[in-house]
Amino acid sequence: MTSLLNILWLGLKEIRSLASDVVMILFVFYAFTIAIYIQATGTSSEINNASIAFVDEDESALSKELVSSFYPPRFQLPDLIRANQIDDAMDKGRYMFVVSIPPQFESDVRAQRRPDIQLNIDATAMQQAGIGANYIKNIVQDRIGSFMTRTDVASPQPINLIVRKMFNPNGESSWFTSIVAIINQVTLLTIVLCGAAVIREREHGTLEHLLVMPLTSFEIAMAKVWANGLVILIATGLSLFLVVRMALQVPFAGSVLLWFCGVGLYLFFTTALGIFLGTVSRSMAQFALLIILVVVVMQLLSGGNTPVESQPKWLQLLTFFLPSRHFVSFSQIIIYRGGGFKAVWLNFLMVTAVGLAFFVYSLALFRKSIAVTK
Amino acid sequence: MIASAVPSAAKPVVSIREVTHRYGGTLALDGISLDIPAGRMVGIVGPDGVGKSTLMALVAGSKKLQQGHVIVLDGDIADAAHRRAACPRIAYMPQGLGKNLYLELSVNENVDFMARLFELSGAERPVRVKGLLNATGLGAFSGRPAGKLSGGMKQKVGLCGALVHDPDLLILDEPTTGVDPLSRRQFWTLIDKIRSDRPGMSVIISTAYMDEAQQWDWIVTMDAGRVLATGTPAELMQRTETKDLEACFIKLLPEEKRMGHTELTIPPRTATAAQIAIDAKGLTRRFGTFTAVDHVTLSIERGEIFGFLGSNGCGKSTTMKMLTGLLPPTEGSATLFGESVEAGSLETRKNLGYMTQAFSLYEELTVRQNLLLDARLYHLAPERTKARIAELVDKFGLKPHMDALAGDLPMGLRQRLSLAVAVLHEPQMLILDEPTSGVDPVARDSFWELLIDLSRKQGVTIFVTTHFMNEGMRCDRISLMNAGKVLACDAPQKLIDAQGTNSLEDAFIKYMEDAIAAAATGAKSKPSESETLSTQPTAPAAPSKPRKGRFSIDRMLAYSNNETMQIRRDPVRLIFAFVGSALLMLVFGFGITTDVEDIRYAWMDLDQSPESRAYLEQFVGAFPYFTGMEALNSADDALRDLQSDKISLVLEIPPNFGRDVQRGALPEVSAQVDGAHTYRGETVAQYTQGVHNNMLRDPADVLQTAPEKYRANVQERYMYNPTFESVYSIVPSVPALLLILIPAILMAVSVVREKELGSIINFYVTPTGRLEYLLGKQLPYVLIGMINYFVLVAMAVLVFNVPIKGSFLMLTLCTLLYITATTAIGLVTSTFTGSQVAAVFVTAIVTLVPTTQFSGLLQPISTLQGQARLIGSIWPTSYYMHSSVGAYTKGLSAALMMQDIIFLACCIPILWTIAVLGLRKQEK
Repeated sequence: MTSLLNILWLGLKEIRSLASDVVMILFVFYAFTIAIYIQATGTSSEINNASIAFVDEDESALSKELVSSFYPPRFQLPDLIRANQIDDAMDKGRYMFVVSIPPQFESDVRAQRRPDIQLNIDATAMQQAGIGANYIKNIVQDRIGSFMTRTDVASPQPINLIVRKMFNPNGESSWFTSIVAIINQVTLLTIVLCGAAVIREREHGTLEHLLVMPLTSFEIAMAKVWANGLVILIATGLSLFLVVRMALQVPFAGSVLLWFCGVGLYLFFTTALGIFLGTVSRSMAQFALLIILVVVVMQLLSGGNTPVESQPKWLQLLTFFLPSRHFVSFSQIIIYRGGGFKAVWLNFLMVTAVGLAFFVYSLALFRKSIAVTK
Repeated sequence: MIASAVPSAAKPVVSIREVTHRYGGTLALDGISLDIPAGRMVGIVGPDGVGKSTLMALVAGSKKLQQGHVIVLDGDIADAAHRRAACPRIAYMPQGLGKNLYLELSVNENVDFMARLFELSGAERPVRVKGLLNATGLGAFSGRPAGKLSGGMKQKVGLCGALVHDPDLLILDEPTTGVDPLSRRQFWTLIDKIRSDRPGMSVIISTAYMDEAQQWDWIVTMDAGRVLATGTPAELMQRTETKDLEACFIKLLPEEKRMGHTELTIPPRTATAAQIAIDAKGLTRRFGTFTAVDHVTLSIERGEIFGFLGSNGCGKSTTMKMLTGLLPPTEGSATLFGESVEAGSLETRKNLGYMTQAFSLYEELTVRQNLLLDARLYHLAPERTKARIAELVDKFGLKPHMDALAGDLPMGLRQRLSLAVAVLHEPQMLILDEPTSGVDPVARDSFWELLIDLSRKQGVTIFVTTHFMNEGMRCDRISLMNAGKVLACDAPQKLIDAQGTNSLEDAFIKYMEDAIAAAATGAKSKPSESETLSTQPTAPAAPSKPRKGRFSIDRMLAYSNNETMQIRRDPVRLIFAFVGSALLMLVFGFGITTDVEDIRYAWMDLDQSPESRAYLEQFVGAFPYFTGMEALNSADDALRDLQSDKISLVLEIPPNFGRDVQRGALPEVSAQVDGAHTYRGETVAQYTQGVHNNMLRDPADVLQTAPEKYRANVQERYMYNPTFESVYSIVPSVPALLLILIPAILMAVSVVREKELGSIINFYVTPTGRLEYLLGKQLPYVLIGMINYFVLVAMAVLVFNVPIKGSFLMLTLCTLLYITATTAIGLVTSTFTGSQVAAVFVTAIVTLVPTTQFSGLLQPISTLQGQARLIGSIWPTSYYMHSSVGAYTKGLSAALMMQDIIFLACCIPILWTIAVLGLRKQEK
């Protein structure tokens, strides 16, 4: 009981301290609103404004028809270049795609000789290159078909494949990036808040003051966990409802409550990590350098940027112990796919287990570091 | 008002007119006018925060003058040309133990660095540095890092650095605060000797120890940004009819400040049945090989005021921490009221009040909130809390400040609040760690009144540490501590009598000398830290006058050399520099991959005909892209598996599929793709469509459908990366990102670190030019960046098997220019960031955003529009990215990299100019 009360009072103090730090409050506000909006709407894995050029050696009606079928916003208006310019233009990075239409192209098509069209792709622009090449192939085939049959209806295939994208029918990338943005901010800010709180107490000497009181290091650490966790939880809630749901119109398929339970578990892990980093670094500057390394690694490997399935097998085994990966995973399951507890229990379990292990470890370290601080 | 006329006919060395200085809203100096006589030892005395340091920094030219005039050595110090000309004649040692020293550097390296800044030639430097070190008794420690020296030795190193160029004006800001009495005495002897060697030299010293100033030639007393009085100590004491300077100072204060101050009297302790409050036996604490506290044995009675005297770092605080249970002792034991503290029991802590060295309350909480928090953590009943807080607030005079933030209180009030918090729960034992350092004499006396009241009236045992000798005199018993050992322990007067000296300070020094003598007989060869001043006369060769000239390569290299040594001795920055980039390379290289393989799929075959099986067979063959998992029975199962991420694709073949194919009735196959991860969903959808299309176009079509009539074959030519594996585009891009992020952050931190720690003052007060400073600091980081580059190249080739197809030489040249530019960006961000944390985050954001968004890492520059395109086309990374990807993957010719090289080369002088313009040569 006294222990719970101590944790409560210390936590309230923590929140008060944070409330008086205007810069930090503004930063949290920015990170959970404007930054998320920018991130969600700014980047896109869809093909957009791709640069394309044509080498038209046929100059027939069909070839002109093909050139004119590429237009903004997906593609820039195509440039016409000569065949000997292809390599130079690609080397300079001027175009992502160069389509080369051979002489007698139209007559070959009419004669059903299946002429070749060469599609040069700058394969160093990975995401756009793959998707864009497929678009171009489809557009070319469709246009040839409709041009030849003089209709706008593509000639039917003998078997029709209807591809439906589940959970995000239009493939809007902002649905995914907005949630990943929240996840990234949660990771970064909880670590910053919690670690900075530990370092600030140590630098101001208030930690010693607490330690000579009848308090245990568990109570001191736990107060930081709940207070900072709560602040981030509220910020996450606001961000989810105001930015993601209202401004970005991203639907929420599953149970909001279940997701917040998961966020709570994840916060437990990140606060523990924050305490850990705050404890091992000797100064704010070291803390800042460490954060960059830790957060970048956690974010890149979480599956929020590129899919976990694409990682090499051995790396997937390692990242299985990374709570941020499970956070991304259960967020996808709950928010888009509408999965219930049965679908996410393993993620929850892993986050809790790693969080708990980390908490116990950082607590021990925290206790030890207090002994060593001079 | 112009302070009293200069006694001699000589021109004043410093002449101050109407100088006012503000920090934000706080007035530090309030219209001061003052003439400081030349060739004398001038003391500026007053407690902390009255403007002494500001005044001295202005005179030294290290701080920018806001209002008024300061004439130093016959020139206006606000004039940059005069500053540059005069600074070799001025030496300035800022406040704080070893503040302008580089703690990672050795004693010798520190002094040598200062000598290089003043352009002493390589031949005379070692002679001169050695001479100075020997004269100050530091010769034996020349190889020891400055961070591992005692406070007194740090100050001596600082003094050597200041004297290395034979200044005419020596400005020392609180050189002896926190230094042990013996070192203090040695320090003054040293100054006296230097003055006798150079009689023309003027010395200006500030101090908070009034007794020290008593022996100087001329005194300026200051309070609240104003001069109270000036004159020789004898004059001042005569004028105020006092016997010592401290009393004199109090008399000089305006009436309202004295707050009815009366001479402090200490009622003698009434002898009670002696109960032992603290009993420590053989307490020892070692940190590694260093013994901080060496077998301390103490026994303190209940109700006693027990003092602990010693310098910074002598082990006082460590002893206290062991007594409070904060730190477990390595050896020995301690009990509080008969109970062991090592057990760390919460009950014993309830009997304990503790006040730490620095103000240790929450500055962001109000006075009331601070008190309440404590009451709650000690679980005082609400009524009791209320009564107790009301009582304390009244008694400690905190009533008018209840709702003020603790951080806004003046020092004296803060200390009282700390004490109020410490005694709130009525502890039997009070442990106070230097409670009065930095507090003015009046506030100090009123603080002691409270302590005496607690001890005498309430029987509280008080354990207090201090480095003020006159405070030591107020204790019932004191213990003198040095280098982890208790030298003596008794009533102060008895200690003085035992050594037969006049004052406690003299007694302390005698005890220290005895201890040193005893240690010397024990271990003869080992030089002691507090080695007495060498008596041998010093005649360090006068330095040759510095050469004229704007840019000195030698000074620049001095900074480079300094920076290199520092970073080599800082493990965290070293790790960040080398392990950091290698680690991130691995994470990016393996973790970021856009290759979609191994798509887990399930199927629902509602037809079960040969045609449907043949259709599904095609996906089995599409290895490694597709991995079949299971046949499903219902749409519910399909949804469940999709939801839990077991599969990413469900293929559903409708009933009568086979028949419809044969009849040409255009059957529809449905593919449900998990679109939660948009990029992956899109790719899976396209792969599925691709398998489907291939099947229909395949001449050996197993379903024997009629092929389309009019069509063309689109031949895909994946240029530069025929296998279209993302590793070939990611791996060459990552160095472009890492070689801006890490060098820029390290660079910014290295400059801002100097600002934060104070060593930037060496740049302010030496003739070092801006460009010399910046380039000197940049050079080592360019080198680190280049080493990083070679590590990354090696990793790309050996770990990721991504060889360099193009010209390695050109890429290396391009990298050199790129790293010079990126470190210069770090220099630019360092000009507007004030703390290391801000420097790290601001630099990270400033470099990461344009690098990831606008330089072709995620999106080719050719697809950017508007502002994004503009930023992308001026950001150096865009050009380096082109060269790097070009050299690794595209195998570009050297000529094509030429434009990148030209652009990067143009960036560098522009960034340098911005950094030079943004760097201040004086503190604001």
